[in-house]
Amino acid sequence: MNLAYRDVRHNFGRFMVTCFGLSLLLGVVLAMIGIYRGLIADALELVDTIDADIWVVEKGTRGPFAESSRIPRDTRNSVARIFGIKSVGAVTFQSIETESDGKKLRLYVIGYEPGQLGGPKYITEGRGLTGRNFEAVVDSRTGLDIGDHIQLGRNGFTIVGTTVNAVSSGGEPAIYLSLDDAQKLQFDLSPSATRRERARGAVVVNSTDTVSAVIARTSPNASNDNIVKTIERWKHFAAMTEEQQGIILTQSVVEKARKQIGMFTAILILVSAVIIALIIHTMTMDKIREIATLKLIGAPDRVIIGLIVQQALAMGLIGFAMGGLLIFNIQDFFPKRLVLQPMDGLSLAGVVVVICLLSSIYGVYTALKVDPAKALAG
Amino acid sequence: MTENKKPLISIKNLSKHFGEGETRVDALRNINLDIFPEQVIGLLGPSGSGKSTLLNVIGCILEPTRGQIELDGELVYNDRWLRSDLRGLRLEKVGFIFQAHNLMPFLSSMDNVAVVLDLAGYSASAARTRAGELLEYLEVGNRVEAFPGSLSGGEAQRVAIARALANRPRIVLADEPTAALDSERAGIVMDLLRKVAIDQQAAVIVVTHDEKIYDRFDQIFHLRDGILSQT
Repeated sequence: MNLAYRDVRHNFGRFMVTCFGLSLLLGVVLAMIGIYRGLIADALELVDTIDADIWVVEKGTRGPFAESSRIPRDTRNSVARIFGIKSVGAVTFQSIETESDGKKLRLYVIGYEPGQLGGPKYITEGRGLTGRNFEAVVDSRTGLDIGDHIQLGRNGFTIVGTTVNAVSSGGEPAIYLSLDDAQKLQFDLSPSATRRERARGAVVVNSTDTVSAVIARTSPNASNDNIVKTIERWKHFAAMTEEQQGIILTQSVVEKARKQIGMFTAILILVSAVIIALIIHTMTMDKIREIATLKLIGAPDRVIIGLIVQQALAMGLIGFAMGGLLIFNIQDFFPKRLVLQPMDGLSLAGVVVVICLLSSIYGVYTALKVDPAKALAG
Repeated sequence: MTENKKPLISIKNLSKHFGEGETRVDALRNINLDIFPEQVIGLLGPSGSGKSTLLNVIGCILEPTRGQIELDGELVYNDRWLRSDLRGLRLEKVGFIFQAHNLMPFLSSMDNVAVVLDLAGYSASAARTRAGELLEYLEVGNRVEAFPGSLSGGEAQRVAIARALANRPRIVLADEPTAALDSERAGIVMDLLRKVAIDQQAAVIVVTHDEKIYDRFDQIFHLRDGILSQT
């Protein structure tokens, strides 16, 4: 006879309320893990989307994401001539804040030369940029649709296509502009700033033909490391592989946020463990008289341990399942992306099982110490 | 009657004290007691006289300081426990009835009785059959699926008696079994204990303060300051 099951069945409502409370806690843990994964995925997403084998940036910088980098656009011609380079592109990156439907909208502007590397990986709706000015392709997370107009700097842009999986390391959705448009947006001064600069006698430069980075794809048989070494020998440039760029992003750009979330997740797991232990202890204390009676009528320790451990495991796993279901269904409402990976779910389930077993120890210890004579007390 | 039979409970020179030196309390002093099959014994005494201690010692819950205890022909204590598995011993030989019935609130009447049989190794169907028979025998056969919370005091006490008898113990220890019952129901419970003593050839010890059942015992023992005397 499974006493744990009978007890749960008899007190089903109370047990499920306890499980629900626990599910909220475990749901938060799962959400934190999802945010942690989302942070890393966001950081790497743009590099993955651009899918360049080589990144060429300004010497002495770890750009273009970790640090600002500015190199001449025509660097791409020099890079294109290196043996093993298949295709090249010049790109600019810039964060910008604008308004859409009266709401603030932060965007990550990516300028690229249409037809060259650096553009959106997929066009999910509409079309890509064709080279014409004042057109844009946006990530679907911007909430903008094809045909919408958006003001960036001094110019308005029409949305002609949408894409996915294009966000900055900070989670800002991307907007793709032609490189010329992006450079104008980056370097053109506002009319008042132009007048001010003229008044102070400065030479006003309306645009510069510089980019944040030159990117390149290599032939399958080419050695990326050798190409990087070749570029490093040039006087004003630094180069890195896609892998090195990914390392910079995860270990430098989002490092503190990653550690912060990781630490918070660890604390939440610890808090969960303490709460589960307290719940199990309370559940055990509620059954002290029954446990004493069981001992008195001859129940061996395994029956009493089973009663406590099975309930603890049931509570933990049901709470985990409810929490997982909850987070899975509301993940799209989070302002930052949640990446829920099956392995993370399984690992957390394993951690919950271990926590339940460890937390049961105190309950079991309390139960095994119960004097059977307690059942005889009036 | 008793001369031809071996006692089911035989206690010799049993003592139990708590503490040492100035704090020493002698709860039981040199107790000698034989209780035979079919006997229903009353154990009386004021609070703190040692009644519960004696019941706990006979039920192998509390270790005496010295002496001998023989239960159903097996010497279980001779200045030390002679069996390591005291819970198994209780399951096998002793049935307990409590003042507050102590039924598992999450088990039905049937399951409250069947749990003892389950622990004793009966199959689920055999346990339910035996539990059903016992509940019928104790005239609560119509309440097999009821939970303790919905039973009356008398019904709950009968289910508790059924649980105590489930594994056919030959020793039944009852602690104030009628304290919460009116005279009529107390009488019914005592009649049931008498019936059990005869049908199962069992020895029944009842600790009580309930004067209305004094006339239901074969023998009455008094405990005062740890000393046992027969009335």
